[in-house]
Amino acid sequence: MVDLNELQTFEHDVLVIGAGGAGLRAAIQCAALGLDTGIVSKSLLGKAHTVMAEGGMAAALRNVDKRDNWKIHFRDTMRGGKFLNNWRMAQLHAQQAPDRVRELEDWGAVFDRTQDGLINQRNFGGHRYPRLAHVGDRTGLELIRTLQDHGVHQGFATHMECKIIGLVKDGDRIAGAVGLWREHGRFVLFKAKAVIMATGGGGRCWRVTSNSWEYSGDGAALAYDAGAELMDMEFTQFHPTGMVWPPSVSGVLVTEGVRGEGGILLNNKGERFMFNYIPERFAPETADTKEEAARWLSGDKNARRPPELLTRDVVARAIRSEVQAGRGSPHGGAFLDIANQRPADYIKRKLPSMYHQFKELAEVDITKDPMEVGPTLHYFMGGIKVEADSQMSKVPGLFACGEASAGMHGANRLGGNSLSDLIVFGKLSGDGADAYIKALPADPKVDGSQVSAIIKHATDILNREDGPNPFVVHEEIQEIMGEGAGIVRQGDELQTAVTKLGEIKPRIESVKAHAAPQFNAGWHEALDLQSLVTVGEAVARAALMREESRGGHTRLDFEGEREEWQKYNIVVSKQPDGGMLAQKVERPDPPEELSKIAYAKIEDLEAGNV
Amino acid sequence: MSKRTFRIWRGDAEGGEFEEYTVEVGPGMVVLDAIHRVQAEHASDLAVRWNCKAGKCGSCSMEIDGMPKLGCMTRLGDYPESHTITIQPLKTFPLIKDLVTDVSWNFAQNKRIKPLQPKPRDADGEHRMQQEDVDRIQEFRKCIECYLCQDTCHVLRDHDRKDAFVGPRFMIRVGQLAMHPLDTEDRIPAIKEELGSGYCNITRCCTEVCPEHINITDNGIIPLKERVVDRYYDPIKMLLRKVRGA
Amino acid sequence: MSELVQIRVGGHQTGLGATCRVDDWKTGPTATFLGLSFFIVYATWAGLQGAHYYAGPYLSPLYSPVVWTKLGVPGAAPLEHALLGEWPAWWPALIPATPAALILIFPGSFRFTCYYYRKAYYRAFGMTPPGCAVGALPQSQYKGETALLIFQNLHRYALYFAILFIFILYYDAALAFSKDGEFGFGVGTLVLLINPTLLAGYTFGCHSWRHLIGGGLNLHSKSPLRHSLWKMATVLNERHMLFAWLSLFWVGFTDFYVRMVSMGVITDLNTWS
Repeated sequence: MVDLNELQTFEHDVLVIGAGGAGLRAAIQCAALGLDTGIVSKSLLGKAHTVMAEGGMAAALRNVDKRDNWKIHFRDTMRGGKFLNNWRMAQLHAQQAPDRVRELEDWGAVFDRTQDGLINQRNFGGHRYPRLAHVGDRTGLELIRTLQDHGVHQGFATHMECKIIGLVKDGDRIAGAVGLWREHGRFVLFKAKAVIMATGGGGRCWRVTSNSWEYSGDGAALAYDAGAELMDMEFTQFHPTGMVWPPSVSGVLVTEGVRGEGGILLNNKGERFMFNYIPERFAPETADTKEEAARWLSGDKNARRPPELLTRDVVARAIRSEVQAGRGSPHGGAFLDIANQRPADYIKRKLPSMYHQFKELAEVDITKDPMEVGPTLHYFMGGIKVEADSQMSKVPGLFACGEASAGMHGANRLGGNSLSDLIVFGKLSGDGADAYIKALPADPKVDGSQVSAIIKHATDILNREDGPNPFVVHEEIQEIMGEGAGIVRQGDELQTAVTKLGEIKPRIESVKAHAAPQFNAGWHEALDLQSLVTVGEAVARAALMREESRGGHTRLDFEGEREEWQKYNIVVSKQPDGGMLAQKVERPDPPEELSKIAYAKIEDLEAGNV
Repeated sequence: MSKRTFRIWRGDAEGGEFEEYTVEVGPGMVVLDAIHRVQAEHASDLAVRWNCKAGKCGSCSMEIDGMPKLGCMTRLGDYPESHTITIQPLKTFPLIKDLVTDVSWNFAQNKRIKPLQPKPRDADGEHRMQQEDVDRIQEFRKCIECYLCQDTCHVLRDHDRKDAFVGPRFMIRVGQLAMHPLDTEDRIPAIKEELGSGYCNITRCCTEVCPEHINITDNGIIPLKERVVDRYYDPIKMLLRKVRGA
Repeated sequence: MSELVQIRVGGHQTGLGATCRVDDWKTGPTATFLGLSFFIVYATWAGLQGAHYYAGPYLSPLYSPVVWTKLGVPGAAPLEHALLGEWPAWWPALIPATPAALILIFPGSFRFTCYYYRKAYYRAFGMTPPGCAVGALPQSQYKGETALLIFQNLHRYALYFAILFIFILYYDAALAFSKDGEFGFGVGTLVLLINPTLLAGYTFGCHSWRHLIGGGLNLHSKSPLRHSLWKMATVLNERHMLFAWLSLFWVGFTDFYVRMVSMGVITDLNTWS
């Protein structure tokens, strides 16, 4: 039994877990509302995976094309999400994104400018108009640095290099969290009236991923263990363009901005194959000849968009099909060519970090030669199920925002909607936490036995005589997920994955790490395994249940979208016996007003007739 | 695949020593990959920071054969095959363990810099800035805060004048504010006094090690020094200001 | 490595020149040291000669402009070339009577306070530091350019003279197109013409110039002329080191050429003879 008096303890009104874009924005909002706020991050401040976002943040600012408005952004989001999005979240996002983006300018963000001196916007897959506020191809870095530099003056406490290993509850309510300092391996208790999960997704369940080590699904797993529900876990976005060579960087992201700026996809026969993969629903809005695509690129507003800018799920599957048909590039991808589409100095100016990334990591000069790209696990549409306006989960006092939460993106996320998601729902979760705390009848109490149990579970890993190597077990999970729950899935393979993940759990409970508590990579890896296996199982179970192909979920044994499945989300929750339950949950009917917008003709929306 | 030996510093603030590890290496591998292999095969408690593995987050800063570099952007192929590569933590900051140092001093410096004080928005609610006015500051905003410049800056590294000089990273941080078209704050006194622009002797090592190729010296620190000259050292400008002010 | 070198936590060494670098970091500062030392020795020697700095119609840039000229000295400038005429009689005998001594302070101070040369000699001569991640010369309390070196802040005043000197040296080059009233040119004319051109490349890439012409402005869009001048200065500034060395070499070479012609060691190819 741990003596709570001897345990280092911080008391906050709100504890934000995760210091990427969503977490920082949430913390800024909490502090602005006068809440005593702490933010915890596994890494140093400003290193979160938000820095990897390249293309931009989507908001209908109307700086480049006046025809745009929130309704069209909303419609694009719903169509991109295959109508499985939470309607209200998609609405809030489209309506509030412009103000959230503008506010960043007051905090120091310096976006690329239009001729008129306004925030410039670029084209992106699935967005009808140029909509992405951007800074070259490093928009995520701009976002996180802006929030960081603004945030450090807002008076919230920053707890860096601390991994949260368990949530503490008082009855049903959240009461705090237990953390582990990565630096010296000591434990810390955060007492908090509300906790906001902003931990991102769980991409490290797969080997080829654009995600960093931090993406072990901690938020989803902790919330699940605390009684929250996970939703839409089957929808995992494979970004169509990750690096495929050299092996050590396979999976590292190649921004969609390359295609937004005119890059085209070719197979090893030099064919521009995307013209062969245009889905029916997008056919009226997609160019069907090279000439029309070229006209669109040169700014012809009457031309339709090139097929390379179709939604990510479509492009990712197309590349996979080409590779399987033997038309792939030498290292098993497709060629992405911008060298022959744009002059060298333009490429260097618009895509500077891509230029350096390929030059330095792959020795490819993208102004002269094509890149080799292939799908890479990029994003979780699913996550913690939350209420749209407050962002609160089923557990009172437990909130989630950003990639860690579910609903906003439905079955597939549009590029550029993630960064705007972070700032819109980061803020809303802060508002939600504030409202919750104000209505709280009494401060929650921390139960020492819960804290002790969490700490013992973590220290057991160090105290064992022997056990499996956590790095090896991680690779095993990645193998299971890669084989059973990859970019395309089948019932029997998913069933195998579920079974194998069940078998690996006892091994995870017996892993052993070397005794040194300071900055012990093996120990941290061992603790991450708990999250990885929970998230992996949730993905596999949900994917097994959804018998159709939609967005980021493709079933070879159930091809195409099935109308009846549009009525359901799959929700995963923890059973009293510790087992995982996946359920079909019927979606409420959409508000009529939103339904009208989502299914409206584009011309009517442009004309303001809806 | 071939084998390669690495000499890695193991130890903490109390002391330690170099240890040699031999691992398999493959094409395109970078130093960070090799460290991960060492972790997985030989020393699971080897401490190293890393995140994005693509030169975008600035976590895996270390000294490789004596040069401050990012582990994820340093290709093994750039070194002769038989050469044993030496890997050390940053020198300028207190060692925590192995390759991990305590860089919290840098975060404290950032806090000392007053944030942007923007002028009011235009009547239509927009801020207007021309691209040619923001090109300069966008260069500085490429900074990934790897602190390699801080590590190599001899004012901090050798002379340990952390009390007097904020370091190159934060000179360009304040520089982007001083050159910001919207900023209304007078930052020149702080640049000279609290942040210590005069301590930089422009020997350019910060620029040489910057993985983002930011021209810290020529575009950042020297322009700030010149602005300080305008205010504090140029007798004619000072006289003119007096005359105009009177 | 000296005995002062100590290994500390992290495997780093401390002390002058201590480093774990294995590349040839010494070559740069050594070359700088040799190059600058050679020029200083040559310029001092040539400047002290007070003779053979003029070979009609060529004037050595180390001696331009000639304030006073001492008649009767071999290879001295003719009287009409001197701004104030003949060397004054009151000149103390202890101080060498050479025109170079009166003017070299101007280009010398420009180069001495130049942001590029500061880097070069702080590294190669001052060893603060000798190279990147190489141990610097230990100092009890490093003060940078805030104490003894505070005068470096007046670089722009040296710049004003340097700009004037470009015009003077172009004027000298213009004079080199005419010998005894007859138009023509020679190899020396070309040498004298290249000299201020390289100097202009160096001078208009100066950091202070770049600041004064536009760098100090935040709103370039409101001053298009200054913006374009600033952009030109930026292009040259990126090549400041290159022009610093080229122009330095050429100044020395021009003096050497004129000196050799004046002494009759070499013959100038020209249209006059």
